[in-house]
Amino acid sequence: MGSEMKTQTATRTADARNPMVPLEFEVGRVSRETHDTFTLFLNPVNGLERFTFQPGQFNMIYIYGVGEVPISISGNPHKPEVLVHTTRAVGTVTRAMQQLKRGDRVGIRGPFGAAWPVDVAEGRDVVFVAGGIGLAPLRPAIYHVLANRNRFGRIVLLYGARTPEDILYRKELEKWRARFDLEVHVTVDRATLDWRGNVGVVTKLIPKAPFDPYHCVSFICGPEIMMRFTVIELTKRGVPEDQVYISMERNMKCGIGLCGHCQYGPKFICKDGPVFRYDVIRDWFKVREL
Amino acid sequence: MDSLDRILAEHPFFAGMKPEMLAFIAGCASNVRFEAGEYIFREGEPAEKFYVIRYGHVALEMHRPEKGPIIIETISSGEVLGWSWLVSPFVWHFDARAIDNTRAIAIDGQCLRQKCEEDHDLGYEIYKRIAMLMESRLQSTRLQLMDVYGQ
Repeated sequence: MGSEMKTQTATRTADARNPMVPLEFEVGRVSRETHDTFTLFLNPVNGLERFTFQPGQFNMIYIYGVGEVPISISGNPHKPEVLVHTTRAVGTVTRAMQQLKRGDRVGIRGPFGAAWPVDVAEGRDVVFVAGGIGLAPLRPAIYHVLANRNRFGRIVLLYGARTPEDILYRKELEKWRARFDLEVHVTVDRATLDWRGNVGVVTKLIPKAPFDPYHCVSFICGPEIMMRFTVIELTKRGVPEDQVYISMERNMKCGIGLCGHCQYGPKFICKDGPVFRYDVIRDWFKVREL
Repeated sequence: MDSLDRILAEHPFFAGMKPEMLAFIAGCASNVRFEAGEYIFREGEPAEKFYVIRYGHVALEMHRPEKGPIIIETISSGEVLGWSWLVSPFVWHFDARAIDNTRAIAIDGQCLRQKCEEDHDLGYEIYKRIAMLMESRLQSTRLQLMDVYGQ
């Protein structure tokens, strides 16, 4: 299989001619997820009714007068009426985003980039491995798989967070855990005694997770170190490298492969990624300078 | 009822070990169970045994003065709890508490050390497996120390 088989349809519902011009959206709701992460629910304005996207794609979000940042879409691809972005406040723009209130407006360019190839996973077990805020870019793929549950084998979600207080989408995880057709395992790096779940790195969950390594597809998103060790652990379990997909992150500016800020070997993260099949970028994944 | 050597043979830690070695180890082993919340051992106590977890979850805890205990790792079925029985001065460095009802095979450390002294092939086999366990825990600890999600 070549990298070409990835689902790459970047569906842009308005102004397809100029991807550099933002569409205007209004903040409908802000949800505080953890002490430093929040979710924006954005409604299109100026006559745009829906914003369709593929799981794994991202938008460039423009905070007027502050700047623009690339953020993965974390909402349900089957509910395009509202655009959902979960973000951690770490820099000038994302801190300004955190201050947004209902009725404020932002500019959106996108959706950009290659998606999680959920079609490739059909008929197989699906193993999602997420770390920290990495659960947000995976969530649209999880929604898709659950909305089309009978097309997939076993579905496993392995999620690692720093502490119990840092767990993203906690209520949703509890709902998913209650389902009989989805296996959810959460672990944290450290916890106090009131935590009854796992403590340890997310890679520790892989050896015992219930999936067929020879007949599965794995989608990984999280810090690069975590993804590196996750790939090692999946490979040890027997998962072929061409069945592993990872979502990469670099400094993206234009979003369409022109400016070169996110160049990664011969690839551009914004245009060729952010989702890559692991064997396609394996050689660059190991280059420290990249 | 399954014999202890048969139960040990099915545990990942002992996978592939020769039956005569397993029979030897079973001579140092006994079935144990712990109620949820029960402490299996406490920091500073003599490390006389190690535990092959069959069912349940165990929290490794460390007490922090004025802040209370913190869970640093959980051990569950298919894993092994404890290696201090193998390393002088044979003292536990953490507390271990059963999170839920836990069943395990307890292996007498002194008995197994003695058998390892008598049979170096067995000793080498045990040390190889414990070394893999230590390496795995060390890697996990390093990843935890990096605090990757906080970056």
